[in-house]
Amino acid sequence: MSEIKNKLLKPSKATKQDRFGRRISVLCIGLIVILVASIIFFIATKGMATFISNHVNPIKFLTGTDWSPSQKMTGALPMIVTSFGVTLLAALIATPFAIAIAIYMTEIANKKGSKFLQPIIELLVGIPSVVYGFVGLTVVVPAVRTLFGGTGFGILAGSIVLFVMVLPTITTLTIDSLNAVPSHYRKASLALGATRWQTIYKVILRAALPGIMTAIVFGMARAFGEALAVQMVIGNSALMPTSLVSPTSTLTSQLTTEVGNTIMGTLPNNALWSLALILLLMSLFFNLVVKYIAKRGQLK
Amino acid sequence: MKQYDLTKNNIIQFKPERVALDAKHVNVFYGEKQSTFDVSMQFPKNRIIAFIGASGSGKSTFLRCLNRMNDDVATVDGQINYEGLNINSSAINVYELRKQIGMVFQQPNPFAKSIKDNLTFALKKHGIKDNKQIDQVVKSSLKKAALYEEVQDSLNKSAMSLSGGQAQRLCIARAITMNPDILLLDEPTSALDPISTKKIEATIKELSEKYTIIMVTHNMQQASRISDYTAFFHMGHLIEYDKTSKIFTNPSEEATEDYITGHFG
Repeated sequence: MSEIKNKLLKPSKATKQDRFGRRISVLCIGLIVILVASIIFFIATKGMATFISNHVNPIKFLTGTDWSPSQKMTGALPMIVTSFGVTLLAALIATPFAIAIAIYMTEIANKKGSKFLQPIIELLVGIPSVVYGFVGLTVVVPAVRTLFGGTGFGILAGSIVLFVMVLPTITTLTIDSLNAVPSHYRKASLALGATRWQTIYKVILRAALPGIMTAIVFGMARAFGEALAVQMVIGNSALMPTSLVSPTSTLTSQLTTEVGNTIMGTLPNNALWSLALILLLMSLFFNLVVKYIAKRGQLK
Repeated sequence: MKQYDLTKNNIIQFKPERVALDAKHVNVFYGEKQSTFDVSMQFPKNRIIAFIGASGSGKSTFLRCLNRMNDDVATVDGQINYEGLNINSSAINVYELRKQIGMVFQQPNPFAKSIKDNLTFALKKHGIKDNKQIDQVVKSSLKKAALYEEVQDSLNKSAMSLSGGQAQRLCIARAITMNPDILLLDEPTSALDPISTKKIEATIKELSEKYTIIMVTHNMQQASRISDYTAFFHMGHLIEYDKTSKIFTNPSEEATEDYITGHFG
């Protein structure tokens, strides 16, 4: 009797393992949290330096259109506009394709068809962005030049390259959300005499809408953050875009172009950190949007 | 498991003018595997016909043939005659057919929409736009499915907030919004508690005044309580089909008797 009592009161090997495991995971989570917090803190302090130690007016920074930090001109609006421009345009072109492919793979194709398409889409994810940029530079830019005039560099070329790059992201996530629609929705709709198209359009896409929205936002986040491929086709001149084919610059391409030419602690360097801060805030914003959509869109 | 002579059967016939649906020599194959063997049976108008049999006896598969819900999953051979047409043919518009022959499934499967939108889904698909008419159909379908009293004040609430029994009655209401001729029910109460089951049984009984109802059930008491005719399936074969009272008191086949008395296998 007392032996059982003893056992019940004393920690055994299993309870020790339990505690050990918990400590390890808390430690790992803590490390990641500290890492993320310090990245945010670092970029924030660096990015704020433009406004605090160089006394640039933040509103003028966001609304000014002349960018030449070495001459104390720090208007970041052209980059902000271009970044949003390529992102929205790429998402706009990619979404219909992505949804069409996803519907085909989940609702229409037989097993053979989707087995054939799956690796093709996965391959698109694996291609390095420099390759996309290179193809964009040698194929897309000349094509845009011949078709629409100008130099060929600009938002249109950037959007076309980004379209191919975000297509697999949006497609894969859309496929996941279509697969998550309970199969009894399909049965119920068909049994009511709805056609396959009516079922897809009115029932399946409706039920998967939050997932599809999330997919689009993820695609946009990817497009917004892409640097290399865009840099190769956007023209890299920090000018306000006057049309879809005028050379310009995104936040990311401006960063990669200039970062090697500035000296730590000077205004040109600090101004780039401010661009990085805008990028960081935007990706936080995209994350919040995804969270919000997921929460709002739960089936209820 | 005891072997029965699967070729021996006793199947009731009806006068042609009473028949709503007439299946002839129906065979169903899932790939190589045959799951229904040469089933021929007639369904009389405005009656409740129950399918009983063990799991895997082919009764649900056969039921799904009757409104072509097997189209993408299995190959169906044979004739199913409805209104003088063989509906098991590629010339048939299955979407129109399913308006005439509705179906309710085992798991209540309302859409994640409001109660009203669940009911208007099929109407809108088939091009009915008049609001007055739609409201009329919503009300009458809910009344027929004995759900109106419970939900009349919350038609715009999500159908996901209904209990299992209510959701299933909503699915029945949804199936009758198109005013079908025949209603197929695939184990409609097996996921429900006894009280909900009782309500649904009462609903089915009432609906049989207007519709022909064909249902699969695992619950033999249910079959004997509400059906007019009962069909017993065994290993893909239709063994016996007769008046429910006869099946449960004096079956003519040995397999049927063993099944209903629980001496099976």
